[in-house]
This record gives sequence, C-alpha cells and structure tokens, in this order.
Amino acid sequence: MIADHLPALQVVLPLVAATVCAMVDRRHVAYVIALLTSFAMPLIAVALLIQVLDQGVISYAMGGWEPPIGIEYRIDVANAFVLVILSLVAALIMPYAARSVAAEIPENKQAWFYCMYLLCLSGLLGITITGDAFNAFVFLEISSLATYVLIAMGADRRALLAAFQYLVMGTIGATFYVVGVGLLYTMTGTLNFADIAARLQELDIETSRPVLAALAFITVGIGLKVAMFPLHAWLPNAYAGAPSVATAFLAATATKVAVYLLLRYFYTIFGFDVVFVQHPVAQVLLILAVAGMFAGSLIAIFQDNIKRMLAWSSVAQIGYILLGVSLINHTALTGGIVHLFNHALIKGALFFAVGGFALMAGTVRISQLAGIGRTMPVTMAAFVLAGLSLIGVPGTVGFVSKWYLVLGAFEAGMWWVGFLILITSLLAVVYLGRVVEVAFFRDPEGGAAKAIEPPLSMLAPTWILVAACIVFGIDAELTAGTAMQAASVLIEGLR
Amino acid sequence: MRLDVILRVIAKLLLPFTVVFGFYVHFHAETSPGGGFQAGVVIGAGVILYAIIFGLDEAIKIVPVRVVELLVSVGTLIFLGVGIVGWLLGGNYLDYYALPIADPIISQEVGIHLVEIGVLMAVTGAVIAIFYAFAGRGRSR
Repeated sequence: MIADHLPALQVVLPLVAATVCAMVDRRHVAYVIALLTSFAMPLIAVALLIQVLDQGVISYAMGGWEPPIGIEYRIDVANAFVLVILSLVAALIMPYAARSVAAEIPENKQAWFYCMYLLCLSGLLGITITGDAFNAFVFLEISSLATYVLIAMGADRRALLAAFQYLVMGTIGATFYVVGVGLLYTMTGTLNFADIAARLQELDIETSRPVLAALAFITVGIGLKVAMFPLHAWLPNAYAGAPSVATAFLAATATKVAVYLLLRYFYTIFGFDVVFVQHPVAQVLLILAVAGMFAGSLIAIFQDNIKRMLAWSSVAQIGYILLGVSLINHTALTGGIVHLFNHALIKGALFFAVGGFALMAGTVRISQLAGIGRTMPVTMAAFVLAGLSLIGVPGTVGFVSKWYLVLGAFEAGMWWVGFLILITSLLAVVYLGRVVEVAFFRDPEGGAAKAIEPPLSMLAPTWILVAACIVFGIDAELTAGTAMQAASVLIEGLR
Repeated sequence: MRLDVILRVIAKLLLPFTVVFGFYVHFHAETSPGGGFQAGVVIGAGVILYAIIFGLDEAIKIVPVRVVELLVSVGTLIFLGVGIVGWLLGGNYLDYYALPIADPIISQEVGIHLVEIGVLMAVTGAVIAIFYAFAGRGRSR
C-alpha cells in the first residue's frame, strides 16, 4: 500500500517534519527529526527510481482528482534521477550539520534552521516530482522562501544583504515564471505539463505570440533560479553569506532543480522543434553558457573568500550544464545531466571541507588559511581530491561529465567548444591551485596553526562524497547510464 | 498622553467585530468570496490594531510569541494532517472522498473546511508574527 503513495510521501514527509520542528522548537528534537527524515528520503527516491526503471512512468493523482483536472505527480527517469541526487545530498548533509550548525547558528534559532532546511528540501523535491505547472510554482516559492531565511541566518551581517538581494531577484524570477505559466494557461486552458504539451501541438505556435512570450518569460524566470549568466549576480553573495551547511546544501541541490525544470519546459512542454529548431534558443544558451564558464572561472581566481570562490566556480559549472543543453544532441545532453549529479557530489564535498575550515580554523579566507594542509591534512586532502574532480582529471566524475560534453561538441561539429572547455578547466586549476599552494607550502599561522581535524561526523560525509567522486569517475556505468536514459526520455518525450 | 481616549475606545469596540467578521469571511466562503486566508488576515489585523493602540507589550500579553509560533505550525500541520487521514483511510493524499462520511459531497465539504481551519490558523499566526518581528526590531539588543 505504501508503495503506491511514495510520490506523495517524498514531499509530504519533509513538509510534516518541518512543521513539527517549528512546533516543538527544541533544537535537539528538531535535529533528530531532520536527521531521520533526511535518511528516509533516499530510500523513497531510490525505490521510485527502481519502480520507474521497472515499469515506466508513475502517475499519482493528488486528492484522487484525475489529471489533467487535478494535480498530478509524474515521475519518469529524468526526475527520478534528480530526486535521487537531492535526497542523497540531504542524507549526507544532516549528519554533517550537527556540529557545524551548533557552532554557527544561535541556539534559539537552530530548530528553525532545521525547519527551514526541511521546507527547502520539500520544495525542491516538489518542483522535481510534480507534473503541474502551477504546483511547480508553489514549490518554487516554498523552496525559495526557505532559502532566503537559510541565507539570512549566516553569522555575518552581510548575509542579510545577500538574502535580501536574492529575495528581490528570486521574486522577479518567480514572477516571470508565473507570468509565463499564465500565458500558457490562457492559450491552452490547462496546467498539466503533459496536457499543455499535447494542446500546444494543436496550436500553430509560429503565429501564436503568447506561447512564444511564455517561452521567453519562463526561460528568463527559471534562468534566474538557475543562476544562468548574466542572471547569476545573487549567487556568489548568497553562497558566501549563508551558514556552511546551508551553502553546501544549496550549492549541491538548488540550481540543479532549476536546471531540471528548464529541461522539462524545453523538451517535454514546448518541444524540441519549437525551442531548438524554429527558434535560436540553443544559440543564445550556448553563448550564455560559454560566457558563464569564463566569467565564473576568471572571477573565481581573484577571490579571497573560499566560499565566494567556489560560488563563482558554481556559476562556471552551471555554464557546463547549460552547454550540455545547448549543443542539442544526445551525447551532450547526457553530459549536462550527468554533470547535475557529478557537480552535486563535487561541490558538496568542497563545501563540506570548507565548512570544516570554518568550524576548526574559524576562517574561510585563503590568506588566513596558510598551512592548513599541515594541521588539517585529512580535510585538506578531501578538498584537493574534490578539486581535482572539479578540474576534470581522468578517474574522477568531473572527467566523465567533460568527456561527454566534449564528445557532444564534436558531434555537433563545434570542435572549438571542446577547446573552450579545456581552457576553463585550466582556469579551475589556477583558482584551486591558489588554495593548495597556501595550504601546503606556507607555514601554519593564526587560526590555521591551532586547527585540528573536525569530528568524524563531519569528516565521514565529506569523504563519502569524495569517494563517490572517484568511484563514479572510474565506473560511470550507473550515473552516465541513468543520465543517458534520462536524456533519451527527454528527447523522445517531445515526439 | 491620555489624549488618545477616542482611539482606545474605538479600537476596543472594533476588536470583537473584527474577529467576528473574520470568522464570517471564513465560514461564509462556501457561498461567497473569502476563505481561511482572507479570514486569517482580518483576524491578524485585529491583533495588530490592538498592538498599535495599546503597545506591543500589551498585545504580546494577550497573544504571546509562543502562541503565534504554534498557530503557524499547528495550522500547517492540520492541513497536512487532513491529507494524511485521507491516506490512512485508503485514498490518495488529500483525498476527501476517503473521509468516513457516507455522502461524497458532504465529505468534500468537511475536508475543505478542515483544511481551511488549518489555513486560518497559519495565516493568522503568520500575519501577527510578521508584525511582531517588525515592531519588535531593535528591542532584544
């Protein structure tokens, strides 16, 4: 019986857990609730993925109202894959969070922190799982509002400004999205993804301006959430200001979900022909992706705050993912989708390590972390290995993603894109190299000299992610295989 | 200081009507515009009016911060709980037809009413919480 209700359980469980956390308002109880809920998430997500691989698409009618009238939760390989990413990150982050949150968040706000984290998680899971355009908007708002609060809980006063900046930008993005959905609704009279797609087929889109306007509004709206260049301005401040746990969680999940939603609109709803053949969306995306890759990597080189540096690097990595979308072939899309997963692993591991520095050395400034590699060798080794993955050294997950992207670029007849990927990877060597140089080749001083390794509860999740970076880098069968299927589902879903 | 007698008297007079009107908006929503959300804002506004006239401390005495927090979380939990009841009784999530009532139309009615009570509580709490947060700025420091 429970197996039939897994789609709803995936979203409802964290939502209920969040309200219970707020209700009890005791930090230890809230932590246990958040921990158990986070552990339950991957069980549900993996069960769903297995079910989907086994029997095909799962459809769940909310409230018993059959789609397209009611809200439908619709799971295919593509979003089952994203659900697994999200829930795995959630399960790893909660054991890690205990010490870091205790140190960074005031005691009376910790229960609310876990409440907001669970709300954000359930919002992200909801966006991924739903098959309804407006329901996706509601979950987008749930996750965004929770994210603003998470960011504002950062110790630094600048976190407030960053949260406000993201609030303004995020609200604009959400408004654009809902305007787009409104236009689609006027033209088709439905909000169900599959139903919108079917009805758009009957329309002559060339002469139907509102549909094209909807495409534009939705692309820009979600683009803001993706932090697509040049709509990325909120991201570095937000990631730099948020508490370490929130940064790690958001960096590994939030933008991934937005990319998924964008893919859903491009492929499932508007369809390949409309988006990529009749209109130059791919060309525009390609330019923006490459610009993001270069701008992000170049600016990352000049950052002193490691969190901010990694945030700029995220802007670049989102560029890679969008590049996979914009090359419009199966191989490149596989690369983009597998990079969703791989980048979640890599950035999760890197921010986990940085959270360790913040807790034990009391700083995340490169200039103050001299010699940290000698006093915290285990953490720093994790940072280096995850950094190598980010660069894309063979044998790591970063290589797998870039391999597919470069293959896709050649397949599309754009060899020079492969060359650009290589250059931006070299830029990653530069900005990560700076950290390594300071950490290993300078004598420890200040906070870094007195630092010791963080507790096992933080080291273990970090190293699990690092190990995953290497395991899935050597044997990419599982991740790339699933990504390939997801790419097939998306590309076929349109015909 | 005591020149605001008119304000105080009128505010006290208005208060019960505001709350009753809130409940009217809530329960009459079946046949007219309204609902838990609008009613929550009206009732919340009543508390805010009281706080503006008599001061934040007086308002907090009547509606303590902890009560506001509980309103928000318990209200949300009621909404989610109605969905879970549908589950336990063999329907899909939020399926009101699964509620143990013979007439399906009445079971839909009961379901939505229960959900709206949750919304009413959550919104009342949220509106008051926002006001408390703004009005209390700089006090704790």
